[in-house]
Formats: sequence, C-alpha cells, structure tokens
Amino acid sequence: MRESGHKGARLLVVDDNKVNRLLLARGLELQGHSVASAENGRVALEMLRRGGFDLVLLDMEMPEMDGFAVLEEMTADLQLRDLPVIVTSSLEGLDNIVRCIELGAEDYLPKPVSPVLLKARIGASLEKKRLRDQQKELVRRFATPEVAQDLQTSGFALGGKRVRATVMFSDIRDSTALVEALPPEETIDLLNTYYTLMFDAISGHGGIVNLMLGDGLMAIFGAPLPLADHCECAVRAGLEMIELVEMFGRDRVAAGKPPIRIGIGIATGDMVAGYTGTQERATYTCIGDPVNIASRLESHTKEAGRPILIDDATRAGLGAEIAVDALGPVPLRGKSRPVEVFAVPVGQKS
Amino acid sequence: MTEPTIDEATFRALQEAAGADFVKELVETFLTEAPIMLDDLRNAHAASDADRFRRAAHSLKSNSMTFGALTLGAMARTLELGGLGPVQQAGGKPIVALGEEYARVAQALSERNGA
Repeated sequence: MRESGHKGARLLVVDDNKVNRLLLARGLELQGHSVASAENGRVALEMLRRGGFDLVLLDMEMPEMDGFAVLEEMTADLQLRDLPVIVTSSLEGLDNIVRCIELGAEDYLPKPVSPVLLKARIGASLEKKRLRDQQKELVRRFATPEVAQDLQTSGFALGGKRVRATVMFSDIRDSTALVEALPPEETIDLLNTYYTLMFDAISGHGGIVNLMLGDGLMAIFGAPLPLADHCECAVRAGLEMIELVEMFGRDRVAAGKPPIRIGIGIATGDMVAGYTGTQERATYTCIGDPVNIASRLESHTKEAGRPILIDDATRAGLGAEIAVDALGPVPLRGKSRPVEVFAVPVGQKS
Repeated sequence: MTEPTIDEATFRALQEAAGADFVKELVETFLTEAPIMLDDLRNAHAASDADRFRRAAHSLKSNSMTFGALTLGAMARTLELGGLGPVQQAGGKPIVALGEEYARVAQALSERNGA
C-alpha cells in the first residue's frame, strides 16, 4: 500500500490555469510531496481512477468539466469517495464555498493560496485520511467484504431489517476429545486450516461467516446482500464443506493423525439481520426462528448420524438436482412442535 | 497617489515561498498565457458568451493577484462579477482599460525578470 504519511504523499493538482498549476505544484514539491497535475476535471477523474493518489487540490472554474462535477462524481464512486479534496479557488460567493463542502470537499483555500495555510491544511487532511484508511483496514480485517461494503454504503446503525435468508451452523464432531489429544499449537493450526477451508466453501457460494466460536461457525446466505437462491447456495456450500473436510481428513490420516468430521444444520425463513451490540462494539448477525432451528439441526446431526440436516423451508427452495432424504418430524429442543427434518446425502456434486 | 503596478510585498512573498528562479519561470508563463486570456475575453465579449467571459476574467484575476498586480486583479474581478452586461453598455471600454493595465503589468514584470 502506498505510504500516505505527511511527507512524500502523492497529490493531484487540478487547475485549468497554467500559472496556478505550476505555482501550486511547486509549493507542494517544496513540502516534500510528489505532484501530478491535470488541466480539467475530466482528465483529473481519469487519473484518479487509475489510483495511487492521497489527496486532490481542486480548482472549481474549469472548462470541459468543472470542480463541482468532479466532486459529484467522486462522491458517487466508492473508490474515490474517501479521497480528501481541498478546493483551491478564487470563487466568489459564500454559497459556492458551502456547495463545495456539501459535496464532500474537505477544506477550502482561497487563491492566491498561502503556503503556510496550504501546509497546515494538507497535513490535517492527510492525517484524517490516514485514520480513515486505518479504520477501513480494521473493518476489512474483522468484517466480511459484504458487511464492510454495506457499512461503507449505508453507514453504521444498530438495529436490523427483515430479510428472508438461509442460516447455517457447522461444528467439528467430538472436538473436545480431538483437542485434548493435541498440543495447543497444533490445535490452532488445525482450526486455521479448518476455517480456511470452510470460509472458502461458504464465500464461494455467496455466504458470509458472521460468527466463529471455538470450532463452530455460523454463516448467513442472503444478507446483508440479497442472494436469489440462498437455500441452494447454502446446501451446496455444505456439500463442499463436507467434501473438503474429508479430503483434509485423508491428509491427516496419511500423516498418522485422527481425521475430523463436521456436522451442518441449515434452516431458512424470515429473520432480522443487522448490527447488534453497542455504538462502540457491534457485530452483524441474524436473529429469528431459523437461526435457532439451524443450530438445533446441527446438534441433531449426531443423533441422526447424517452430516447435513436441513429444514422444510430450505428443502422447498432446492432445485430438483439436489437429492434429500426425509427423516420425518423430529422434536427439537426449544421447539414446541416437531420439525420436519431432511438429510442431504453427501457425495453429490457441490 | 495611484497604486503601484506590482505590489512589492506580494511579489517578494511569492519569491520567498517559491524561490526567485522559479518565479522568473512563472512570470514567463504568465506573460505567455495572459495575452491568450485577454483574447479570450475579447472574443467572448464579441460573441456575447457570458460564461466564457466570466471564466476568462476569473483566470486573469487569479493570476494577477498571485504576482501582486492588484489593480489589474481588481479590474478583472469587476468584469468577473459584473458580467458582460455593463461591459457591453460601456461599448467594451473596460476591456480596453484592462488591456492597457496589463501592458503596464507586463512591462513591470519583464523588467523584474531582467528582460
């Protein structure tokens, strides 16, 4: 990633006037930055979209495409919306300055630009950008790309919205005995490999892993971004997870280690998806009956002796090419009435 | 007493901030670009193109202020804010006056550049 510290930042100067362009670029170079310039908004956007800039100094009055249009385009562009823009202009009228700020400009510097003010404003803008980048990096690392994107476009708000989606729970069978037999370092290794495989299968079918707990995980298909065939995606992800775990198990057996097995429960229905927690710390999750059913189905895989169990709503959402075995109504803990349960035979094409 | 063509303090501050050699180059650029802006202003006036007129006046104003050509800058600003109407009413005289003031500025800047 490009270093965007105060020294050596890469700046774009946009001004149709050559004297202004040269002078501004000179001032910035003397401050230790590297500078490129564009003579109108259209050229500037092309350069910005190629990437690599830390900050833009933007004139407003320009032929072909003026500064207001550049600000509008930047705000609408996910890649550019967080790039700081300092408007440098001799625009007349407070309403024009207000309009710049409303369109997302970070700051306004009247021309001729005072070098001292310029230095201070650029320093402040780059510092803000550094903090924003850091924040984005944190979100990227601790949230799924879908949640990160949802946060970026809709902003953060506690509370949820009603969605129809499919929930999956998965857990390693007999993990307590397995873990007890392993040194802690090897357990971490095992979990890392296991999670890598599971994440791959789940995200490969459009799901997101929103919870990891010990050796278990919860995944959502159909939120925060809608997914047309969420039932089928979840079941296919489940089949692939079993396949991957079996392959992983064969490798372990070849290395003289015990194999691992997993159980998967999948349920579909209406639920509330959103951020729960506090303003300071929140997680994206789903709440509702299907979440409880999926969790109970996952537990029930032990008694049923079948690795993938799904509810009736999930089965109804499957295409004909996925075979299921009806296990009949099963009383599940926490449910007043027995639930129709179906097993998905493994070895089908995921 | 009339205002000096080039404000000494502004010009010196520019030299200190950007370096005297660089300012020489910048003056050369201005002396090349400004006649184009003046032509643009005259053509916009002739074609009654208000937008182009305002933009040309705006550019001249901005550059004049940079070099401390305060009178030229103020005249350009009047044209930018007033627009085409008053200039047309005055039969284009403000543009002629602007051209004359620019000639003085160009002369003063050239002398500073040792031309």
